[in-house]
Amino acid sequence: MKYVTEFRDGGVAQGLARAIAAEVRPDRRYNFMEFCGGHTHAISRYGVPDLLPPNVRMIHGPGCPVCVLPIGRIDLAIRLALDNGVILCTYADTLRVPASDGLSLMRAKARGGDIRMVYAVTDALKIARDHPEREVVFFAIGFETTTPPTAVAIKLARDQGLGNFSVLCCHVLTPSAIMNILESPEVRDLGVVPLDGFIGPAHVSTVIGSRPYAFFAEEYRKPVVIAGFEPLDVMQAILMLVRQVNDGRAVVENEFTRAVTEQGNEKAQDLVSEVFELRRSFEWRGLGEVPYSALRIREGFAAFDAERRYGLAYKPVPDNKACDCGAILRGVKGPTDCKLFGTVCTPENPMGSCMVSSEGACAAHYTYGRYKDASVLEAGA
Amino acid sequence: MCLAIPARVCEIGDADQAIVDLGGVRKECSLALVDGVEVGDYVILHVGYALTRLDPEEAAKTLALMAEAGVLAARDGGHIGNAGAVSDLAPEA
Repeated sequence: MKYVTEFRDGGVAQGLARAIAAEVRPDRRYNFMEFCGGHTHAISRYGVPDLLPPNVRMIHGPGCPVCVLPIGRIDLAIRLALDNGVILCTYADTLRVPASDGLSLMRAKARGGDIRMVYAVTDALKIARDHPEREVVFFAIGFETTTPPTAVAIKLARDQGLGNFSVLCCHVLTPSAIMNILESPEVRDLGVVPLDGFIGPAHVSTVIGSRPYAFFAEEYRKPVVIAGFEPLDVMQAILMLVRQVNDGRAVVENEFTRAVTEQGNEKAQDLVSEVFELRRSFEWRGLGEVPYSALRIREGFAAFDAERRYGLAYKPVPDNKACDCGAILRGVKGPTDCKLFGTVCTPENPMGSCMVSSEGACAAHYTYGRYKDASVLEAGA
Repeated sequence: MCLAIPARVCEIGDADQAIVDLGGVRKECSLALVDGVEVGDYVILHVGYALTRLDPEEAAKTLALMAEAGVLAARDGGHIGNAGAVSDLAPEA
């Protein structure tokens, strides 16, 4: 596929690996965080760590909206389907996430809840049009990438007078989460691995542009390189970060220029701000309450807000006490440092955020990395 | 979750609707978020919506930059792995 295959070329990857190896200074360490689950997945799937010098370490950040979605929000969706009898439409990503009372959306469906997997929010609109006698709720999750389509759908519903359609909004914002990683009360308890730079989001940045990251570069003196989700994009971004660190620079650079501009997609940004406003605070699984880190539907579109319509009250649900996700998301611990990893916590039965989707740090390591751990152990025995 | 794929626009219809080609698979796509898309353009497709247009010149520049980095490193005698480079550093806690 054009714009995919050529960015996965093994020969070019070897060349980039040589360039990185030639430019890293042997007397220092380079700790870089890739914020996005898409990058985490690419790094694990294509074995990028094997191509890096031992003093370059990638720390997997919290950038997977499925992983950070707190159980309490999924409980709300399940209750809407089981108690209010709505047709609940959701992206496939949320279906298997374990919620309270041994339920998940999938299990709630087996209990008779009318829960339907949709590919696009427009499919949910169609279901609402086809079933005027039923109430239809769209379970809206995702970062800035996924928010504009929800905004378009809410406006369409208003323009078409779709009175039986509403949205359970769980859209979250990336810059506030990056800030939380750098500076939050938990950081004092957990300690931090000094981060030397960030690989910035790919598709989020197509929407918000490269500008919102300038704050991190300036205020926290951290280099940021926005990169695409293909393995060569990640390698090139690492090379650019190494160069910034070596030169003592901390600026925002853009590796993903084929899709990301400085100002981003302004049409999409305008639509989002027309329909949504900031929430004062929102719980992230693994990070806890993060101020101004999520969106809710504006008063003017209140008729399409499932939280107002059904009077929903959010109840937080704590994770397993032994879960180390908070430390793993901040790079203080690795997946294998957690007692639960691969024992009680597996992708089939995740206990914490990092194991929930294939983009989480623990799930990615479970799928692609643990065989390497095993072979290292055997070789050492 | 932010998975999105490059797709070629084949047909543009009414109400911002288009048909795109994804490596041989044809799919409906909304152009409501991007202005000025033409047939033959590549867009980044996410949950049924085009998020942005792909810039072919920038893509070519990035690929050239990646290839060049490898060529320069080979000329300067760089080798993969940089083995033992941090052997004198204490392991991190």
